[in-house]
Amino acid sequence: MTNETKNTEHNSYLNMDLLRFTTAGSVDDGKSTLIGRLLYDSKSIFTDQMEAIEAASEKKGEERVNLALLTDGLRAEREQGITIDVAYRYFATPKRKFIIADTPGHIQYTRNMITGASTANLAIILVDARYGIVEQTCRHSFIASMLGIPHIVYCINKMDLVDFSKEKYEEIKESLEDFSSKLETKDVRFIPMSALLGDNVVNRSENMDWYEGSTLLHTLENVHIASDHNHIDCRFPVQNVIRPQSTEYPDYRGFAGRVAGGVFKKGDEIVALPSGFTSKIAAIDTMDGELEEAFAPMSVTIRLEDEIDISRGDMIARVNNKPESTQDVEAMVCWLSDTPMVPNGKYHIKHTTKDARCIIKKVNYKLDINTLHRLEDDNNIGMNDIARLTFRTTSPIHIDKYHRNRITGSFILVDEATNNTVAACMVI
Amino acid sequence: MSNYNLTHLKELEAEAIYIIREVAAQFENPVLLFSGGKDSIVCFHLARKAFFPGKVPFPLMHVDTGHNFPETIEYRDAAMAKTGTKLIVASVQDSIDQGRVVEEKGFNASRNKLQTTTLLDAIESNKFDCAMGGARRDEEKARAKERFFSHRDEFGQWDPKNQRPELWNIFNGKKEMGEHFRVFPISNWTEMDVWQYILAEKIEIPSIYFSHTRKCFVRDGIIMGKADFVNTKDTEEVKDMVVRFRTIGDATCTGAVASTASTLEEIIEEVASTRITERGGRSDDKRSEAAMEDRKKEGYF
Repeated sequence: MTNETKNTEHNSYLNMDLLRFTTAGSVDDGKSTLIGRLLYDSKSIFTDQMEAIEAASEKKGEERVNLALLTDGLRAEREQGITIDVAYRYFATPKRKFIIADTPGHIQYTRNMITGASTANLAIILVDARYGIVEQTCRHSFIASMLGIPHIVYCINKMDLVDFSKEKYEEIKESLEDFSSKLETKDVRFIPMSALLGDNVVNRSENMDWYEGSTLLHTLENVHIASDHNHIDCRFPVQNVIRPQSTEYPDYRGFAGRVAGGVFKKGDEIVALPSGFTSKIAAIDTMDGELEEAFAPMSVTIRLEDEIDISRGDMIARVNNKPESTQDVEAMVCWLSDTPMVPNGKYHIKHTTKDARCIIKKVNYKLDINTLHRLEDDNNIGMNDIARLTFRTTSPIHIDKYHRNRITGSFILVDEATNNTVAACMVI
Repeated sequence: MSNYNLTHLKELEAEAIYIIREVAAQFENPVLLFSGGKDSIVCFHLARKAFFPGKVPFPLMHVDTGHNFPETIEYRDAAMAKTGTKLIVASVQDSIDQGRVVEEKGFNASRNKLQTTTLLDAIESNKFDCAMGGARRDEEKARAKERFFSHRDEFGQWDPKNQRPELWNIFNGKKEMGEHFRVFPISNWTEMDVWQYILAEKIEIPSIYFSHTRKCFVRDGIIMGKADFVNTKDTEEVKDMVVRFRTIGDATCTGAVASTASTLEEIIEEVASTRITERGGRSDDKRSEAAMEDRKKEGYF
């Protein structure tokens, strides 16, 4: 290899971007097999991993190498042949690096799908070609859309079991289109495939020459993600105050945090919340030197021209573009705990870097997620239920609508007795 | 808008810095576990970036099996001196001397598993409420299920079936007295990301990562470095070999690879073309299919 080609290869690695995606489907839809296939056909599996699953497949008396074993990490999962917890997988092609959140299909573990979906750019939802849309398809689609995932790809899997029938595929696609038109996610795609045999995963299917669209990997490599972050509304939740008080930096005072939205520039006029004091950005610091501008999701330290009181939990925004500061919040909530919600109960709330307490004032409605009907008189909110709630917080929090900003529009509830995370909340 | 797009390494860096800052804010007495291996070196580098121009606001801790490669210890001491960072050494030998653990016997004897007791004792005696480490999810299948903020009960145990959901970038570090957290800032990095980052950031690493000549022998297809504390069988021939290490663990269970890669660029090329995972040379993982899961439940890193 010449030095020149080596350099281009190295540079291309440094120019790759990152796509986070999640996979969902019901039990036995072939999720683990699909991921195994993606890793295997994109040559991301190492020989010792392959040998380990070959040995394990043989021990279980299976007829071909079971690629699903690649993703089932815990002993209980291998024994029961199911996925219990979110597993993260990594692979890269010359175009992109991918982080897969492989989430379980069982109802009792739906909270893990929410975990995986909360940071995803794209959701893959598997549909068994033999059965078409089932309850879990609706549930997962709705969750993906509610969690603001910008792109959904429906993989109509197990096409080999329906003789690669175009009619069957079209029939399922039509009913999915009908259902997904009610969702917030506008970029919805469909791919007929057989994860088991590898058709349309990485390589084009010879069995389905009637399909003219992209393979799954091609879709993952090319979907446009640059605009998935909010680069309009400037939001900077303060994590820590950096005060070295050293001889070299005796008076240094910087605010460390990760940009949650917008583009901050040196010289910009800003407002600190909740105090309302204004100042200008004196510098944006990093260990590699000062920056002219910072945007989501960069971690930086901001210095201001004036000494104003700012601490962890406060937010820096623009004078003419502020989040809403309020103690009354309405949100779509997914309950994650097996301890049901206590009506009028008090919970600890975590929103960006701010902690507060809140009381649940009202259940506006509970959602039947299969029909998307609103149940107005049902106050019983338990594990996996989705409801629209009204909260009152002990101090103002600085929020945006979730569909405008996934970071400043989201918060979690923590049970004050057990310290468990019990609910995922999205501001409406 | 497309100019406002971070490369994946920059995004991973920003994520890790955010998590390290959350640890400093949410815990009273955190510690960064530091083995002198490349992953903990990257974590330390990220911690320095997170608090620049301030100092790293927590100490580092090395769980020392006493079975080290000398190069690692030299590197560790030099790095601490250079950055003026406080280092705590928790010694497995002390745990053995105090009768807390019993040394394994036989040819494959290793102190790797004994580290768990030493680690948990050190966390308790120093009253650490959070131990950060450089574990990555791509290393091993049980680690693929680990959260960034991983809750441990008062016995230091991990309950993989009952982990707290972790949503968006909100991390819940709330706990009872006596419990602690393990936090893994570079969870989402792969081996390749770590190497590319070391190259891009010009981070110094111990010399044993680069190709060198060393007295070695071969056991079960794995090249092992010869040292006084490693027993060899009569059939195992000790000879000079040109090798380098892909991971740095306890010297009794960390295998080397035959390699002539002597620069970071050459290592990256080798990593890109290799077909064996980096833990493929770790005999501690080969003890059973769920070896890592079992050790993690007990409180291993």
